[in-house]
Amino acid sequence: MALLELRNITKRFGRLEAVKEVSLAIEAGEFFTLLGPSGCGKTTILRMIAGFDAPDEGELFLDGKPLSGIAPEKRPVHTVFQSYALFPHLTVAGNIAFPLEMIGRPADEILQRVRETLELVHLEDKGSAFPHELSGGQKQRVALARGLVNKPRVLLLDEPLGALDAKLRERMQGELVALQREVGVTFVFVTHAQQEALALSHRIAVMNAGRVEQLDVPEVLYSSPKNRFVADFIGNINVLNCLVAESSPHGLRLNVEGLGEIAAPAHPEIAAGTHGVLALRPEYLRVGPATVQASLKNRFLGTVSEYLFLGDETVYKILLDNGTVLEALVANAAPGRARFHDIGERVQVEWRHDAGVFLLA
Amino acid sequence: MRAFSFWPKGFLQCFLKGDRLTRWLVTLPPSLFLVIFFLLPSLIMVAASFREPGEFGGLAPLAERGLTLEAYRFLAEDIIYLWILAKSFLVAGLTTLFCLLLAFPVALLIARSPKRQRDFLVLLVILPFASNFLIRIYAWIMILGPMNLLYSPVAVILGMVYVHLPFMVLPLYTNLEKHDPALLEAAQDLGAGAWTRFWRITFPLSLPGVFSGAALVFIPVLGMFAVPELLGGTGDILIGNLIKEQFLDNRDWPLGASLSLGLTAAVLGVAALSAVLTRRRTGKLGAGT
Repeated sequence: MALLELRNITKRFGRLEAVKEVSLAIEAGEFFTLLGPSGCGKTTILRMIAGFDAPDEGELFLDGKPLSGIAPEKRPVHTVFQSYALFPHLTVAGNIAFPLEMIGRPADEILQRVRETLELVHLEDKGSAFPHELSGGQKQRVALARGLVNKPRVLLLDEPLGALDAKLRERMQGELVALQREVGVTFVFVTHAQQEALALSHRIAVMNAGRVEQLDVPEVLYSSPKNRFVADFIGNINVLNCLVAESSPHGLRLNVEGLGEIAAPAHPEIAAGTHGVLALRPEYLRVGPATVQASLKNRFLGTVSEYLFLGDETVYKILLDNGTVLEALVANAAPGRARFHDIGERVQVEWRHDAGVFLLA
Repeated sequence: MRAFSFWPKGFLQCFLKGDRLTRWLVTLPPSLFLVIFFLLPSLIMVAASFREPGEFGGLAPLAERGLTLEAYRFLAEDIIYLWILAKSFLVAGLTTLFCLLLAFPVALLIARSPKRQRDFLVLLVILPFASNFLIRIYAWIMILGPMNLLYSPVAVILGMVYVHLPFMVLPLYTNLEKHDPALLEAAQDLGAGAWTRFWRITFPLSLPGVFSGAALVFIPVLGMFAVPELLGGTGDILIGNLIKEQFLDNRDWPLGASLSLGLTAAVLGVAALSAVLTRRRTGKLGAGT
């Protein structure tokens, strides 16, 4: 049985349906992420789990017991707020002790557990500091410590890394994963940053306009997006408009207007004659001089129209002869040679016949 | 910018000095005003308290009678003055307490109202100022008279609370309005019920507002003479009435001056205490998230 279950949850604000018939089952010990653009309903779901909002339809279950009617202060669920919401008039230790005081633990036990939790988040020497004396990353860790100190069944994290700068954010991601593994508390994490979601989560629910578009492990979400939204939202992706010429268990034959035929992985639900797109990740594409004999069957000619040098990689924008622009990600693996192609150069783009996903337009 | 500048060298320095001059020009008039109309009169009061009273009011000529500690000796000998000062402190303290108890829910209500309504509600709080102070007090005479409450300590405190309530509501509201609602959600999320949330979060965070509101009520109440005179009758004179009497009825300016200085000292003491308490609190609260 799932630890936390959402059954057909709908939530309206006035005429706006913020969450539409969402069902989720979150397992104990999982690092579960709700990923989506702002306004997709992910924070509303978090607030319903915390108890600040009640669903208009459907029910939430914790350990199989319904949560409706249980006040937020009575739920064994804690939240790490985006703004951290540390109590400014209490010290770091006072903040962390707060939830323990609320359940009336004896003073010596509180002291002991506050000390342990401070160690857990590497803030042993900050117990007597006030929140305004801390850096952003330290505040973040206090907020985590405060949420974890009395071992909630579920810890909800509402874009907790949103306020940190890029470098610190990366480090906190690592700490967050390690922390979750160490304490074993179930994390429900909300973010709009797809990379963060891919890096941290066991499973991700991609949300859009109040609905779950796809729920899966990061690897599957990335390589087999179910629809255009998920494909666009997670990572970068190229789309080639095409018509299915033939569909067989061995693969699809696709006709790209103005360019010719290509092969794509099999898709049992797609019949010949369907219009759609082939979605290709930039790193699946190989770029080479147009003059060299192609090794793969999926091959188009084009012109380099732009490039972005990223240090470890270079992104080439290649204008195909039918007007489509493809982005190719090329690793700068050759020492001393950062780039291989110049703007205006004729190149060929090729990719394996088992790369990419056919999606309905 | 510098490269294209055609101003002679050192112009910038001159300009900055000019900026300092501007600052002086701006701050000089209010400073002068305070020196002439606050500092000098206060010094005159100090001087007056060491003189002899004149035969028909005012002060006796300095050349004939010289300086004396007579007024202070007079105050020190009669315990009644200390008693009246203590009573005034008690009335001011009670007034402050009742104002706080009444103002807190009001300020909290306004601070948690939708943004569009807040300005209107604040306007309602200060609306009584639109009608004359004395008229409002006379209205209380009409209300309290038939209830047999007129000319009692209850009437005095009631009138004082009524007059000073807005001075408590406004600083409290200003403070409460700035509270981050996420703090209360966080407290609730971490297991705090409504009562605990108030006492552990809202109230401690509101203390700077409580202190400034208390100072704004306590200090004026201490010197107030109109309310006790109109609502309190003869039996309930406070330090303010006493001072007024020395100047207008008894014509003993030195005694009035010395009483007034004693009150000023007491008020300054309270203000200093309040400032210290506020600073100690805001030191911790200043930089909220």
